[in-house]
Amino acid sequence: MTTISPLDIQQFLNQDQEKDLLRLLTAGSVDDGKSTLIGRLLFDSKKIYEDHLSALERDSKKIGHAGDKIDYALLLDGLKAEREQGITIDVAYRYFSTNKRKFIIADTPGHEQYTRNMVTGASTANLAIILIDARKGVITQTKRHTFLVSLLGIKHIVLAVNKMDLMDYSQDVFDQICKDYKQFTTPLAIPDIEFIPLSALNGDNVVDTSQHMPWYKGKSLLNYLETVHVVSDRNFDDFRLPIQYVLRPSLDFRGFSGKMASGIIRKGDQVMSLPSRNIATVTRIIGSDGDTELAFPPQAVTITLSHEIDLSRGEMLVHPDNLPRIERQFEAMLVWMDEEKMDPFTNFFLKHTTQTTRARLDQIKYRIDVNTLEQHPSDAFELNEIGRVVLTTNKPLLFDPYHKNHETGSFVLIHPITNNTCAVGMIIDKMSADDLYSRITDPETKRLVEDGQSLITEEELQQRYRQKGVTLWITGLHGSGKNLLAYTLERQMFDKGATVVLLDGSTVRSGLSKELDYSPTDRAEHMSRVAHVCRILNDQGIITICSFISPKAEIREQVAEIIGKERFKLFFMDASIDYCRKNKPELYEKAEQNLISYIPGVDEIYEKPDCSDLILNPEDQSIITNIFTYLEQEGIFPLQSE
Amino acid sequence: MNNYAINNLRELEAEAIHIIREVAAEFENPVMLYSIGKDSSVMVRLAEKAFYPAKVPFPLMHIDSKWKFREMTEFRDRYAKEKGWDLIVEYNKEGFESGIGPFTHGSKVHTDVMKTQALLQALDKHRFDAAFGGARRDEEKSRAKERIYSFRDRFHQWDPKNQRPELWSIYNARVHKGESIRVFPLSNWTELDIWQYIRLENIPIVPLYFAKERPIVNIDGNLIMVDDDRMPKELAEKAVMRKVRFRTLGCYPLTGAIDSEADTIEKIVEEMMTVTKSERTTRVIDFDQEGSMEQKKREGYF
Repeated sequence: MTTISPLDIQQFLNQDQEKDLLRLLTAGSVDDGKSTLIGRLLFDSKKIYEDHLSALERDSKKIGHAGDKIDYALLLDGLKAEREQGITIDVAYRYFSTNKRKFIIADTPGHEQYTRNMVTGASTANLAIILIDARKGVITQTKRHTFLVSLLGIKHIVLAVNKMDLMDYSQDVFDQICKDYKQFTTPLAIPDIEFIPLSALNGDNVVDTSQHMPWYKGKSLLNYLETVHVVSDRNFDDFRLPIQYVLRPSLDFRGFSGKMASGIIRKGDQVMSLPSRNIATVTRIIGSDGDTELAFPPQAVTITLSHEIDLSRGEMLVHPDNLPRIERQFEAMLVWMDEEKMDPFTNFFLKHTTQTTRARLDQIKYRIDVNTLEQHPSDAFELNEIGRVVLTTNKPLLFDPYHKNHETGSFVLIHPITNNTCAVGMIIDKMSADDLYSRITDPETKRLVEDGQSLITEEELQQRYRQKGVTLWITGLHGSGKNLLAYTLERQMFDKGATVVLLDGSTVRSGLSKELDYSPTDRAEHMSRVAHVCRILNDQGIITICSFISPKAEIREQVAEIIGKERFKLFFMDASIDYCRKNKPELYEKAEQNLISYIPGVDEIYEKPDCSDLILNPEDQSIITNIFTYLEQEGIFPLQSE
Repeated sequence: MNNYAINNLRELEAEAIHIIREVAAEFENPVMLYSIGKDSSVMVRLAEKAFYPAKVPFPLMHIDSKWKFREMTEFRDRYAKEKGWDLIVEYNKEGFESGIGPFTHGSKVHTDVMKTQALLQALDKHRFDAAFGGARRDEEKSRAKERIYSFRDRFHQWDPKNQRPELWSIYNARVHKGESIRVFPLSNWTELDIWQYIRLENIPIVPLYFAKERPIVNIDGNLIMVDDDRMPKELAEKAVMRKVRFRTLGCYPLTGAIDSEADTIEKIVEEMMTVTKSERTTRVIDFDQEGSMEQKKREGYF
């Protein structure tokens, strides 16, 4: 037993306190010697306590697999059931420490059906050790593990080529494996891959560099883990503080608490609240050790602001010149974690940063085969299946793409009935405008859209609006009372529940037909535009009421052609010229003095319709009633709802 | 390179504060279980930090087995008063009145009635939907796979096959009526981290952790302290004064001391680094059977 002097222990503690923390994931199967490797890391870093060891000696005799040697794997297996099976069934967390660093190992089983365990372990890891059996080389399982690690955005991979002792510590074997692996990983764009040949059983290159492989010039595994640089993997660029809790101990203190998701915040910074978009200045930052000048991830802080702004849990503080996406619809890679197969019509709860909202799946773009990375069509995911989906949420999410920001780019889906965490997701990005089109996959739908046909049928529109989309076209001379009738009719139809749009000369000419005059050519063009608008509106099931003199039978004919003859209902205001003069005396006087031209009934012929659908007398008291009778008889409005 | 590095203790601290705030925000009626031990003391300090300058928005609850060291109870009452904690103390009344105790009924019955059942009764009585515990994953093998949010059914049972996936720092707080979550904000802390933090933050702990001359009886290799006159005479008579300390605290007849000279935190750490015996072995309850902690967890114990 070595004795440490009191001074040494103070130094030790001070040094120990300042160490950083590396979270790592180990992937590989029991056969690859993974448990042996971890056992050795723990054992050799002298962190396995005496009584764990004595318990181990007892267990080894009962169920050990390694003959007379100590079975390091037994140090790790936690639950009784798994010890009996000899395989791990979940993620186990191990802790060890060296003079340089502290480590948390997320130990995950390598068996195929346990994708969800690996994804879980990878979600908090900075680095992954992927174990390969030197005798087998890069196999399907290796590819699967690597894909999952890259999917979860781990930036550092150590490819640990184990059991080198069984391949005579051959450099050729090692080089070939490295080559195969590099070829496979190129498209995955993993920033940092380290290759280490080792024998976990004999301890080669685990803690100390091996005598057996003088050709290997790199670091031992432990030495590499102690020195790999991971701090800059954090996002220090985009300030995001998802609000977790609002502290209000007294009237003069209002603090916004949360964990720094990314970026740096300083006292005096201008910040913006989202989604309310209010601006304020940071007056205090309270960290875990009291007031501080600045904060960065992953610190937990409480911030106070220069003035009251609208901000509560689930919302976010950001810098005004660097905003996250604010969207309800986005694409994501989704991993299905539930024993129950996905029901794509479920109205899930989605938890993202500190916000929970409802979400539904719009589309499953594809399922990805984790062994081949091939994409396959899918209607619903089963346990451990992964794929690309489109989701829509009730409330907008404040997110960044996962590859830029793990904290604001990740979410879980919770089943509304079982409350299970049934899926986890990594946001790719919002839907781009180009992509919106590709949402439509059904061939019939695609054909309709390509032909410019609505996906809503006429019947559906009629049921919704309880009306047929037709055009009620009122023709008649200046002063015949067209406009009064049109506006009154619109009001009364609206009151009865109709969906109507009114178009008349002055409104259309003030915008849509602004550049056109009253010449016959321009008037024809004007009428044509009005007709096209009516057609669009009628197509949507909306009734249009049009009030236009439209003196020429030929033009009315043309309008009917555009709108569709069966939807064009011509109402003729049959007023005498004297009645019209009485209504608009100034206009008719000017026309007669040739001060203005193109006035039908004066210097231009008004062609009375031969066959209008309804002839109306402006002096008739029951004119509106007559129109409603007509609409009902013709089955235009109101339709009986089914 | 930049200066925005965070040391391991501050990282663990931030993680724990985040968890504590998350529970306070999402559960209707959370409680923090306070065992008076060093881990509990750290956890309470983290809760105080999480809501500073406001008060901790949930109560602390101590399950009193009625066989705790007297120094523990004194410590609890003193600090609860001094710090103004909202402290609930509960015990199994029926068990207490029928005189259940480790000397008369054995460790198994005593632990079940006065600790596990007492806890379950108290959780039901107050209808807590979340309960913080100070357990760490490195304490014991079966805890290595424990979630931070550990789901319990309406009988408070833990089913290892029915635990929710837990990714990133997103915790699923949705439970049906009667179901609950045990929350372990110190999951990723090691014993050394706890001592380091107590030292860094100057957190008061029960003096039993420090070495002192105490009346000790050796019972089957466990150094048991004579804390009151409920210890059977024939045992108490064998007591000798020994300089010992306790690595964990619980019911005095079930908690073994170790011979030690460590009367400061530094010396305790020094002792820890050189004398290798993991802390839970000084708890008598673990000796019952292999995998016994897992068994207790299934039954609802922490």
